[in-house]
Amino acid sequence: MTDWLTYNSLIVLQGVTLLGACSGVIGCFAVLRRRSLVGDALAHASLPGVCLAYLIIGEKHFFAMLIGAFLSGLLGIGFLAILRKFTRIKEDAGIAILLSVFFGAGIVLRSVIQQMPASGRAGLDSFIFGHSAGIVQSDVHWITGLSAGTLLIVLLCYKEFRLVAFDPEFAQVQGWPARLLDFALMLLLLGAVVIGLPAVGILLMAAMLIIPAAAARFWTQRFSFLLLLSAGAGMGSGIVGTILSAKFGVPTGACIILVCAAFFFISLLFAPGRGVVARILARQRNNLALQAQMKAGEEPPP
Amino acid sequence: MTGAEFHQAFWTVAIAAVCSVSCALLGCFLLLKRMSMLGDAIGHGVLPGIVLAVLLTGQVTSVYVLLGAMIFGVLTAVLSETLASSTEVTEDAGLGVVYTSLFAAGVILLSVFARHAHLDLDCVFLGLLEVAPLRTMSFLGFDIPRAAPTMALALGLTLGFLLVFWKELKIAAFDPALAASMGFSPRVINYLLIALIAGNTVSAFEAVGLILVLAVLIVPAASAHLLTDRLGAMLGWSACFALSASVLGFALRGLGGFSLDISGMIAVVLGVQFAVVVLLAPRHGILAKAWRNLRLSLRIAAEDILGTLYRAEEAGVVTFSLALKDHGLSSWVIWLAHRQLVQAGWIETNDKGLLVLTASGRQRAQYVVRSHRLWETFAGEFLDLPADHVHTAAARVEHYIGPKLQDELATALNQPPIDPHGKAIPPSAVETPPPPAN
Repeated sequence: MTDWLTYNSLIVLQGVTLLGACSGVIGCFAVLRRRSLVGDALAHASLPGVCLAYLIIGEKHFFAMLIGAFLSGLLGIGFLAILRKFTRIKEDAGIAILLSVFFGAGIVLRSVIQQMPASGRAGLDSFIFGHSAGIVQSDVHWITGLSAGTLLIVLLCYKEFRLVAFDPEFAQVQGWPARLLDFALMLLLLGAVVIGLPAVGILLMAAMLIIPAAAARFWTQRFSFLLLLSAGAGMGSGIVGTILSAKFGVPTGACIILVCAAFFFISLLFAPGRGVVARILARQRNNLALQAQMKAGEEPPP
Repeated sequence: MTGAEFHQAFWTVAIAAVCSVSCALLGCFLLLKRMSMLGDAIGHGVLPGIVLAVLLTGQVTSVYVLLGAMIFGVLTAVLSETLASSTEVTEDAGLGVVYTSLFAAGVILLSVFARHAHLDLDCVFLGLLEVAPLRTMSFLGFDIPRAAPTMALALGLTLGFLLVFWKELKIAAFDPALAASMGFSPRVINYLLIALIAGNTVSAFEAVGLILVLAVLIVPAASAHLLTDRLGAMLGWSACFALSASVLGFALRGLGGFSLDISGMIAVVLGVQFAVVVLLAPRHGILAKAWRNLRLSLRIAAEDILGTLYRAEEAGVVTFSLALKDHGLSSWVIWLAHRQLVQAGWIETNDKGLLVLTASGRQRAQYVVRSHRLWETFAGEFLDLPADHVHTAAARVEHYIGPKLQDELATALNQPPIDPHGKAIPPSAVETPPPPAN
């Protein structure tokens, strides 16, 4: 064992690995439903709930803050649903409004907390902005529980979720409760965000939900492979990123994102079939075949 | 209020207002192009540009920082757009991949090379509007905040851009294909817009923070979008919302005896404005829509009651049940419609306690039934529908046939005496009933 791999980094490693796998799976649904940025918005939207929980309880109570974050995220989901159903505001604008207004409200509440007498606000900021290197044992318990729960739910409702992810209208016509399933997917997303947030922060959470899934999408057309690949990519980047960050002394979250991004870049270039290189080659083969046919005096195929 | 306090208050509001108005104007185009989250993405994506500029020049505030940020802002937009257009990555995912990666790269750069640079990430995100007026510089002998000239320049550029490219922006926002066919590239306009947004974002960073920038980019534009369908008016409304929110946000900073975060308060005020508009907007608001739906339901229920009474009279039935639930109308709507009909003097209760039509009510009922049966005939004759299929459709369409269409139907069908079920089509009413609203 080398000197940089301490007990502490082992715990961090455990946490980000599991979280990477879990958000990799949930991210697939978000990306397929074209809701990649909802995770980001929900992460921001949980701030007022966290602050309110702190103001009500009067101290930093991890579980209460989780509940606060969850409730405030739930409110955010409701807000998006109302805008979608009753107004002509498009989904992207709804997400931006949710993100900025809720976060603004959170900032206001945070300034209240800062002025409270005897405020032990240490910990509140890391709850929001995260601090991957500061993951502790209890975080890992939470993350393990979440990952297991998520995996179980996805396995149990695999067929239904797959249908809703690809074609909600068809699911509705087939008699599945498509809206309910869609809501369940949103809840899973919210769950991942709320639990991952204090561990890794808003930005890494958003990245882990989007990048592995978007990268995995290059490699496969099969949903089961997509889930596995994405989970693997999330896990792998978690491990590699943490090790690199420990080795070079750079921020863990950013390091994990960059490893993720590298995987995405490789997929973008070299994935068979959909990658850039594969497509250029296919086009050239096509051109050559066409030229050969024209030389031979044949009619080109339509 | 002392002079220093006034100076502080004035400049805080001025900086917030100038920055908000500039962003709110540009945000209208982001909203219309459905690129709302681009503001957030640019805001994160500019970090490597800022860090690189600081590293290369050694100065934290310089025109190079602005330039570096603008380059990376445009790069964020170009990269995510290229991903979306030339690979199978969706737009939202492309945006997410690009901005998180660029931001992470910026964080790493910062931690490796610029540990000692005075770049506080918290300050970038949350902004320090409160201290912006305190960092002053001398200008023509006056003490003005350092942020003020940058902000004024940003607003000036925005206004100039809008004035010069107004027509082009308008066409490019609503119909990029038309813009391209008219000989100017919507892409160029688009990137100019994005560069301007990146510049605005960066110049606003230090003063008001990233989140408030996103808020003023999108929220006032969204409120304005619900109030008007004209681009000019939308920009006007958007600027008004941003301006009033800046002033109100500042005014409410002392709420509850705390000194609240002003940037956050402005975002909250913008949110409240938006919520009020969503509820109360005259045409696109939730209440207005609910009111229109209710009026339509009431009219349909009333016409169905009249039609049912007319058919009962025609068949010589004296007792009947109002089977209106078949039309999907809830019972309280029927109750309300019934009340309105009685008040209008179209139906009354006779001495045996039964509902009957009055003379004027009969005329109105005749009109509805005539619409219904004409449509049945029309559907049977022109659409080749069998007689047992025409009723349901006619029961819906009857409420939307105006006098003119009714005449045209009758003429097209050569004034038919009976419908496909063999029932007599009542003659056109002597007095033209009011045309159905909506």
